[in-house]
Amino acid sequence: MTEPERDRRAPAISIRGLRTQFGRQVIHDGLDLDVRLGEVLGVVGGSGTGKSVLLRTIIGLNRPRAGTIKVLGQEQARMSAAQWRRLQVRWGVLFQNGALFSSMTVAQNVQLSLKEHTALPQRLMNELAALKIELVGLPADAAGKYPAELSGGMRKRAGLARALALDPEILFLDEPTSGLDPIGAAAFDELIRSLQQSLGLTVFMVTHDLDSLRAICDRIAVLVEKRIRIGTMEQLLQDDHPWIHEYFHGPRARAALGA
Amino acid sequence: MATAAGWFDTARDGEDLVIAIGGRWTLEAAKSLDASLQRLLPAGARSARFDLAPLEELDTAGAWLIERTRLAFDAAGVPVTISGVHPEHAQLLDRVAEAGPPPPPMVRARKVPGVDFVAGVGEGAVAALRQGRDLLGFFGLVILTALGVIARPGRIRMVSAVSHLERVGLNAMPIVGLISFLVGVVLAYQGVDQLRQFGAEVFTVNLVGIAVLREMGILLTAIVVAGRSGSAFTAQIGTMKVNEEVDALRTLGLDPVEVLVLPRILALMIALPLLAFFADIMALLGGGLMLVVLIDATFPQMMQQMQDAVALSHLWVGLSKAPVFAFLIAMVGCFEGLRVSGSAESVGRLTTQSVVESIFLVIVVDAIFSILFSYMGV
Ligand SMILES: Nc1ncnc2c1ncn2[C@@H]1O[C@H](COP(=O)(O)OP(=O)(O)OP(=O)(O)O)[C@@H](O)[C@H]1O
Ligand SMILES: [Mg+2]
Repeated sequence: MTEPERDRRAPAISIRGLRTQFGRQVIHDGLDLDVRLGEVLGVVGGSGTGKSVLLRTIIGLNRPRAGTIKVLGQEQARMSAAQWRRLQVRWGVLFQNGALFSSMTVAQNVQLSLKEHTALPQRLMNELAALKIELVGLPADAAGKYPAELSGGMRKRAGLARALALDPEILFLDEPTSGLDPIGAAAFDELIRSLQQSLGLTVFMVTHDLDSLRAICDRIAVLVEKRIRIGTMEQLLQDDHPWIHEYFHGPRARAALGA
Repeated sequence: MATAAGWFDTARDGEDLVIAIGGRWTLEAAKSLDASLQRLLPAGARSARFDLAPLEELDTAGAWLIERTRLAFDAAGVPVTISGVHPEHAQLLDRVAEAGPPPPPMVRARKVPGVDFVAGVGEGAVAALRQGRDLLGFFGLVILTALGVIARPGRIRMVSAVSHLERVGLNAMPIVGLISFLVGVVLAYQGVDQLRQFGAEVFTVNLVGIAVLREMGILLTAIVVAGRSGSAFTAQIGTMKVNEEVDALRTLGLDPVEVLVLPRILALMIALPLLAFFADIMALLGGGLMLVVLIDATFPQMMQQMQDAVALSHLWVGLSKAPVFAFLIAMVGCFEGLRVSGSAESVGRLTTQSVVESIFLVIVVDAIFSILFSYMGV
């Protein structure tokens, strides 16, 4: 581990005064957020509150109207194209619907970034791709299949395998466990946890899944009123904002959290 | 980052082979480690021990290389023990070990050049026949659905049809007009050039008039529309197919043929005759202008000549083909769109196929029309 760097606790992602809007619809307004290095952050919020948009903005797919975004110490707006490319290699993204390349097999999807960014021999790339596919819990014969031939949950796993291809430092996940069976979802949680621990991964995870929140998230960020409220599960359980209260004390939450 | 790149050291400890593994075993180091690890053999050792104490950083690539080496030693009959594992690496090593050796890569059927060619020809022929049969089936389906809708006119989707009419008709006018005008110019120029040798350049008017009205106007329009609108139909419906929108329509009790196909066919059957007429006018205009420049005739003189030489029936012959071509283009476009399955790639492939197929059909049917009209003596 590169201890000095970790100890200084420079945040992996740091957002100040973020404002995003589509036309006249304001999605985020004055949003601040710090994601610590090596933590698993769960992002929750009602449907349409802008969780996916926040994720897309951090990875540069969506231009903010105002505010600064720093990822791994580099400010988005001030980066050259080359710096941007180098930064992109250091994160992996799982989109809400997988976004696999439909003209490639799962194995080819996973190998794409290895081919692009490393000079490994083909044999080792095959092995690594097969390993990633195995790690995310796909059956071995899925490697040669095209995305159209997979189920929704399998596509999600394949998307995660692709996101993990380069062993990134930050993992962005948009609802990774939705569409998975509960056993698969629990295994997914465990997988992310173990990868996070052994690789020191930072995970930014949008989720509605209370079980994953409890099982693997160090802190939880709630997107309400165009801003973020962040805290540990215990802190948020005390929060008296109506939505947050309903979220953590509603019938489902009581069932899941056993509270 | 001051840490060393990944390295390993081998040492002998009696009958034991001790391999110290240290530095950063990550993706960046994987290439050189991969090469040297493959040369590492447990020659003569009874057992081996991997000492992971010096290991500083590990990712899945590194963990795999360690696991792969362990598997290779195992296969060579040398049991391996692993020691000195840092707690933060243990989980990852376990996960990777659990995942086990990757399955052998799938063996693709081997290619034999000659046989493949013959098989390809056969497959192509069968596919073409099947395609023809399916298209015929789709034709029947469209006719039946259309009859059902005609019986209950309230079900015609007028809003959709009108919006398509604008896109395939009105918006196509500039390009159709321009192309026709230029073709008129070219025809007139070539006609004068050839006929002048016999001093018969005045008859260029007949040539341009008949060629444009009977064939060129409608054929050009049909080809432009096939490229422009037939392809759009395929792409639109194909994308909806990929997004499962077509399936969603079905589950809502809506008939995709009625909702998606009929309005498009209707729109094109209205638009193409109008476009073809417009194309005729533009081509005659282009030819006429060229003639005014090339042979010293005035415009009224030429109109006169045209009226004498070119019977109105030529116009009707040309325009009568338009609805048929429109039906073909729209039907093929929608048919190929509905054949899309799964991937974005298949949208692209079938869009190309739709254009090629509809232009082919238009020309074949045009030839049939020619034979028919010559029998009928028009
Ligand atoms: N490209 C876009 N153009 C216009 N509006 C958009 C666009 N993308 C998202 N929006 C709007 O931004 C808002 C937030 O969308 P977003 O996808 O981030 O929701 P979400 O929080 O991820 O919801 P869910 O939990 O359902 O995935 C929505 O109201 C949506 O209508
Ligand atoms: Mg979302």
